[in-house]
Amino acid sequence: AVLKDGLRSQVSAALKEGQVTPTELCQRCLALIKSTKFLNAYITVAEETALKQAEESEERYKKGQPLGILDGIPIAVKDNFNTAGIETTCASNMLKGYISPYNATVVQKLLDQGAVLLGKTNLDEFAMGSGSTDGVFGPVRNPWSYSKQYKEKSVPKSHSEDEESSWVITGGSSGGSAAAVSSFTCFAALGSDTGGSTRNPAAHCGVVGLKPTYGLISRHGLIPLVNSMDVPGILTRCVDDAAILLGSLAGHDPKDSTTIQDDFKPFELPNLTDISKFSIGIPKEYHAPGLSSEILALWSKAADLFKNAGAKVVEVSLPHTRYSIVCYHVLCTAEVASNMARFDGLEYGHRSDKKDSTESMYAATRREGFNDVVRGRILSGNYFLLKQNYEKYFVKAQKVRRLIANDFMKVFKSGVDILLAPTTLTDAALYTEFIQEDNRTRSAQDDILTQAANMAGLPAISVPTALSERGLPVGLQFIGRSFQEKQLLTVAKWFEKQVQFPVIELEEVKRHDNGVFQHQKSSFS
Amino acid sequence: LAPWIPVVGLEIHAQISSKSKLFSGSQVQFAAPPNSLVSFFDASLPGTLPVLNRRCVEAAVMTGLALNCSINKKSLFDRKHYFYADLPAGYQITQQRVPIAVNGSLSYSLCIDNKMSQMVTKTVRIKQIQLEQDSGKSLHDDTRSQTLVDLNRAGVGLMEVVMEPDMCCGEEAAAAVRELQLILQTLGSSQAVMAEGQLRVDANVSVHHPGEPYGVRTEVKNINSIRFLAKAIDYEIQRQIEELESGGTILNETRAFDSKLGCTVPMRDKEGKQDYRFMPEPNLPPLILYDAKSLPANMNHQQVINIDWIRERLPDLPSVKREKLVEQYGILPEHSFTLLNEDGLAEFFESVVKQTQMNPKKVMGWILNDFLSYLKQHSLTVKESPVSSFVLADLLNLLEKKEISSTAAKQVLAELWKGEGKTPLEIVKEQKLELLQDQKELEQICQAVIDGQENE
Repeated sequence: AVLKDGLRSQVSAALKEGQVTPTELCQRCLALIKSTKFLNAYITVAEETALKQAEESEERYKKGQPLGILDGIPIAVKDNFNTAGIETTCASNMLKGYISPYNATVVQKLLDQGAVLLGKTNLDEFAMGSGSTDGVFGPVRNPWSYSKQYKEKSVPKSHSEDEESSWVITGGSSGGSAAAVSSFTCFAALGSDTGGSTRNPAAHCGVVGLKPTYGLISRHGLIPLVNSMDVPGILTRCVDDAAILLGSLAGHDPKDSTTIQDDFKPFELPNLTDISKFSIGIPKEYHAPGLSSEILALWSKAADLFKNAGAKVVEVSLPHTRYSIVCYHVLCTAEVASNMARFDGLEYGHRSDKKDSTESMYAATRREGFNDVVRGRILSGNYFLLKQNYEKYFVKAQKVRRLIANDFMKVFKSGVDILLAPTTLTDAALYTEFIQEDNRTRSAQDDILTQAANMAGLPAISVPTALSERGLPVGLQFIGRSFQEKQLLTVAKWFEKQVQFPVIELEEVKRHDNGVFQHQKSSFS
Repeated sequence: LAPWIPVVGLEIHAQISSKSKLFSGSQVQFAAPPNSLVSFFDASLPGTLPVLNRRCVEAAVMTGLALNCSINKKSLFDRKHYFYADLPAGYQITQQRVPIAVNGSLSYSLCIDNKMSQMVTKTVRIKQIQLEQDSGKSLHDDTRSQTLVDLNRAGVGLMEVVMEPDMCCGEEAAAAVRELQLILQTLGSSQAVMAEGQLRVDANVSVHHPGEPYGVRTEVKNINSIRFLAKAIDYEIQRQIEELESGGTILNETRAFDSKLGCTVPMRDKEGKQDYRFMPEPNLPPLILYDAKSLPANMNHQQVINIDWIRERLPDLPSVKREKLVEQYGILPEHSFTLLNEDGLAEFFESVVKQTQMNPKKVMGWILNDFLSYLKQHSLTVKESPVSSFVLADLLNLLEKKEISSTAAKQVLAELWKGEGKTPLEIVKEQKLELLQDQKELEQICQAVIDGQENE
């Protein structure tokens, strides 16, 4: 199967020309979801409604009146976005069985354009984590664990150590969405990104992960982790597809007062051949402790790639990078403590049977509903927000945040267009190894390269670059100026073309591939 | 015994008169079926976000201007956290760091020694006005050991007006609140009806000896009328004085006013002091207001609030209205207070004056002594009066033209109150109340009477 072209020329064209119908596409994806169930990428599969949406799309295509390029395209949504009539759990006991009465704005936009919502994907509970291992529905498995490329490189295991112990994590917290896209069960997925939660799993799963500028895409309906840093994230198999999704989602939402008022114009990415006009910055502080030599080498190789193509490549400094994790921890936990206060069992969600008093009901409900990670962050956050601590921690962290943001501004002002950095410190870890350390430790380690962009509200994109020695994907990250997504994605697309990242070779996909999935690697463009 | 100086400050919550709530589009309405006016945001459904209501901001700006405040061109929203059944999000959105208006003043008048003829003007400083959300209502059902929660009120816009401790007794506080109420009603920024919970007042009370620092203050809540406000404050002042004079101490506590017993009692104790863990509200950008000078040229008029534009359109405040009434009609200042104190009475008065030749001061007498007392006797508002301004003017014209005596006029008025639709002239004719002006006729009647007497 030829898996190079994108949706615009392949799947979209195929749908238009009737080579494949939306219902066929939908059924194939649903079947593939079933046969890849062991990945645990989906919490809820909305089979009935998806098929209905596909049928409606088919009607439109028959009449020659598709709503747009997304009409009939199967997509998946991270389970922290509200979807009317479909369970929204945030992978937490607190919201198990919660059927939201409204759609998040981004979900509504996709549905309005005819997209087919296959289901809700798995995540770390309430998006807290960097492994997608800490949700109540269990961990998500990285599809690459089952790829030919990974299996070939694995040390042959004894019979007792079977596949069960050799699978690797997806990264997090949008691991389900990344796995869903990576394993071809959908053409694109929504994630969220607060400290790297879209880019991290994108890098580990070999897909494109876009974090848009804060304020570009509406957060209405995205259950918040950190309101001042959260953005909806976009996961696709190629950069062109990410641009298409961005175009369909971005723009002012009156329901979200933090979205910018300016009109957003969707764009098509040029096929850039001449990169020489660009100045690429290499932030030296991102050579962080723990960065694998493999990824360091890839990073270096990428820098050379730009240099050899005529771009200006300079080393830059973001001196406050090393404070970002601590700063993030204070601000994040404070917001978490605040945002989680609404989960009291009264209006919706889990309510404990303990009835002695309102207070005891609150306490029991919250103890039963939240996992340790969430409870730990709530406790930390409340501590930082105490009157006697507020100045020392919260206000201080705000100031440091300003400094971190200023670091970027200075660099961009000096003439650098785009920053190039690794997305993760290593390739995906074995699940058995990853869980040796607790969530907080892992988050602190893994967020270091992604988290500053959230502090500064900047757009960033992880592009699959090469396979590691273990046969697992490694992604590199581009960070751009606020609201300059077009420039950012243009450079990312050029890079993607240069590196020619290999397609995952999955048996399950081969079985279902009868030509349909030859359109699938790059879905849209 | 050394004299005591009582110190009274007030925290007043006025419900903003608007169609929808402060941060969501659900309706604002009194006494609607429980939980029928609750949007997803009001119920704190996860993922919902606040959107600021323009009308509420305008109401706060108007009120700030009317109270001589500086309007902060940039103000901020914060979250105030505590757990309670009627606070679905677990926090209230308020303005703790930088409120919308600060440093104002309110002038009010008092009668000295209960004599309406001597009025004195006092001023209380307004510390600030802040926008914040109202909470829902919880009703405790002790028989079934449950609490019923109604979120209709959750999220309704409030203006919290903080009055500095410049007052010294219940009477001053009552007068200040009354004046604030009139101002709010004139502006239309709040209907300010205490009985409907649109105006809620908490009093901070302390006492100290002259020259000594302020005493420990208590907060008095659960005050449902202006009359009770004065009572509660005066009781609390007295309680504190008695407590201190008998060697006791005053606790910094919250007390509820029990209107049946006429006293304050300690409220359910909250262990220690609450730490509200204030945090900036991340989903609302700073509130930026403009004036004529700072308004950018190409700004969309719909998108901004112009303080000067609002200032130009403020209606006459009660104090100005009173001055105008005194100036225009020559009535006494204390009468101008009465006119404004009764809803619709000033308009009624002016309407009568326009329709009659009678001297406005005389008209005032009829309004105060007869018309108003009838209203009070029958617990009617001016709007509900069976006697319209036209009818009263008609009657007063008869009196003015000397067609009836003032005694007769009172009789006619009593008849008019029955609201049977008869005109004053008809009643006069019916009851033969006409004043006879004809000399000859009068002589004949007198002679007849005398003749009659002689025959006995």
